[in-house]
Amino acid sequence: MPRVVLLGPQRFTPTLGEVVDRLGVGGKLASVTAGWQERETEDLDLHEHLGERTVNLRLYARGEELFERDAELASGYRERQELLRALQETYRVRLAHAQAALRELAQRTGNLEALDAARDSALAAIRALDREHLERVASVHAEFERRWRPGERPALARSRRQVAQVLDGVEAIAIAGGHVAVLLNRLRLFGLDRALAGRTVFAWSAGAMAIAERVVLFHHSPPQGYGNTEVLENGLGLAPGIVPFPHAERRLDLGDRRRIGLLARRFAPATCVAMTDGAWLVRDGERWVGGPGMRRLLPDGGLTPMELA
Amino acid sequence: MTIAIRRLLELEEPDDAAVDEFLAGREVPIVEGRNVTFVYRGEADAVYLQHWIFGLPSAQPFLRVEGTDLWYLIQDIPLRSRVEYKLEVQRGDTNRLIRDPLNPSLAHDPFGANSVCHGAEYRAPEWAERDPQARQGKVESIRVPSAALGRDEEVLVYLPARFRTRRRYPLLIVHDGRDYLRFSSLQTVLDNLIFRDEVAPLVVALTQSRDRLREYATDPRHSQFVGEELPAVLEARYPLGRGPENRALAGASFGAVASFAAALRYPERFGRLLLQSGSFAFTDIGPSRRGPLFEPIVEMVNDYRESPVRVAERVFVSCGVYESLIYENRSLVPLLQKTGMDVRYVEAHDGHNWENWRDRLREGLSFLFPGPLWMIYE
Repeated sequence: MPRVVLLGPQRFTPTLGEVVDRLGVGGKLASVTAGWQERETEDLDLHEHLGERTVNLRLYARGEELFERDAELASGYRERQELLRALQETYRVRLAHAQAALRELAQRTGNLEALDAARDSALAAIRALDREHLERVASVHAEFERRWRPGERPALARSRRQVAQVLDGVEAIAIAGGHVAVLLNRLRLFGLDRALAGRTVFAWSAGAMAIAERVVLFHHSPPQGYGNTEVLENGLGLAPGIVPFPHAERRLDLGDRRRIGLLARRFAPATCVAMTDGAWLVRDGERWVGGPGMRRLLPDGGLTPMELA
Repeated sequence: MTIAIRRLLELEEPDDAAVDEFLAGREVPIVEGRNVTFVYRGEADAVYLQHWIFGLPSAQPFLRVEGTDLWYLIQDIPLRSRVEYKLEVQRGDTNRLIRDPLNPSLAHDPFGANSVCHGAEYRAPEWAERDPQARQGKVESIRVPSAALGRDEEVLVYLPARFRTRRRYPLLIVHDGRDYLRFSSLQTVLDNLIFRDEVAPLVVALTQSRDRLREYATDPRHSQFVGEELPAVLEARYPLGRGPENRALAGASFGAVASFAAALRYPERFGRLLLQSGSFAFTDIGPSRRGPLFEPIVEMVNDYRESPVRVAERVFVSCGVYESLIYENRSLVPLLQKTGMDVRYVEAHDGHNWENWRDRLREGLSFLFPGPLWMIYE
């Protein structure tokens, strides 16, 4: 398991360099900006911020090149993504009803004993739905691996070797945000989940989400609908026990104790962490310690600072 | 709820000093829940509130606070309302229509500006204010030759921030586009909503007719311009996605009529429609009382009511409940829905004005062209 550092969003308050120095990472860093998709190589700010010692793994561009070379794999990949989108849609429909039931029960008054039991059951139903969805998605990925054996396909094997060569001289990896599904797919496709062992991983925004155990999509005030938090799929599992909520101040209603408490309970025993600008969190051995700004979501809807390093 | 001005009225002999004290530090109009007190201070023989709330008498008389030059009117204004108004001040033979001198809040439109009363719980959308973090798109001007209109048209084109020729963008054609820019902050709204990933990056063509009341009133030449000629020029010049799901028409008032008329003439070419406070006049019997400009519109809407057809996939319709057009818009919605179109209909406690249309843009644009909000975490 690599040493993992989760950071708050970096665009307006870049703290990565400071944390890299603080942890004594003096060597070369690989950067992953695949979540930025076609803007992947517009990473000059990041490169300069880290003292011009980064090399971009270009996972997005490598993916595009790979799909051009291996049309069969590209077709299978597209098919998988279509299936995943359809699964997400059907999960969303069921989730909306389960969430609505819980909301209605939360607003009801009457026999507390009956209501509490019903609320617990409604939450358990949502957790079961999440679990079922994650299992389905995982089985789609497993089936893709079984059917296509991507690692054994010459084009991808060559690309993976090239990525491994770049990683050879690298001490740490910085994974930026962007489109979380694209990022996670590229990380998986090029075997980064295995290649990261023994290195320090810095990740923020979608990067932090992609390396967590579960990818949780969220927004409390979207322009359409209620904003039901949903799980997407399993992440790389490099940040055990943590559910990151980047841009929490913008995307979560941190003052809504009911919704915040619900998140904490829904994803328990994992810790939901509100990650705001300037915040960071490092896994030190078996425990997580945080810098200023990292706050844990509590089951009662409150927020409390993570333990300070 | 106690209404503040009652305390002044209860004084035995209110004087200027009492009025000064009453007004000191108060925002005008005075909003106390649904009770809104409009005030005017000055010599006058009569004062009226001129507003554009359909359903209320358009000129509401003020009362004078005995012995003072203060005039007032207590009006029931529902929560979350926005009301644009002017004051009519009569003195001797003169009759002046003025903006409220005590209220700095203004809304501009092509005819000037009105004072604005923000009812309790109304909040101007923060996404319509410039966000220093949001990357800005740019607006450029192009000339589009039109055989249908027999002239060249100048069209402004909004390109989103990070515009790239390798990408493919949906196209939104907005009627009265310059007015949307000036009075509905459309560029700021687009910049913000695209930056927030709530709306997909769009190319937006902003048209401005020189004779909108005729051309927008179902004129087939205008439909040909926005339905054929303009998209052809834009497709040749900009990287636009293909298919109706990447084409939208938008407009307010007569602009909504022009959008709908073009969509009717080119069914399924525009998969998305944004129709705000459309002037969709119709009659069930007899002639329309809205005047000759509406005649072609009445004919189109009456025909559509007779035989509604699907013209797009998704339609966003909005209207203010204080508009005379609320009846027409409410009547249109079930017809659209009956054809299987996905219709989102939104009402607001507002009138027929640009800020009403601005306030609905987030809901409308994100419905028509949802951005990757759920997936992007930068």
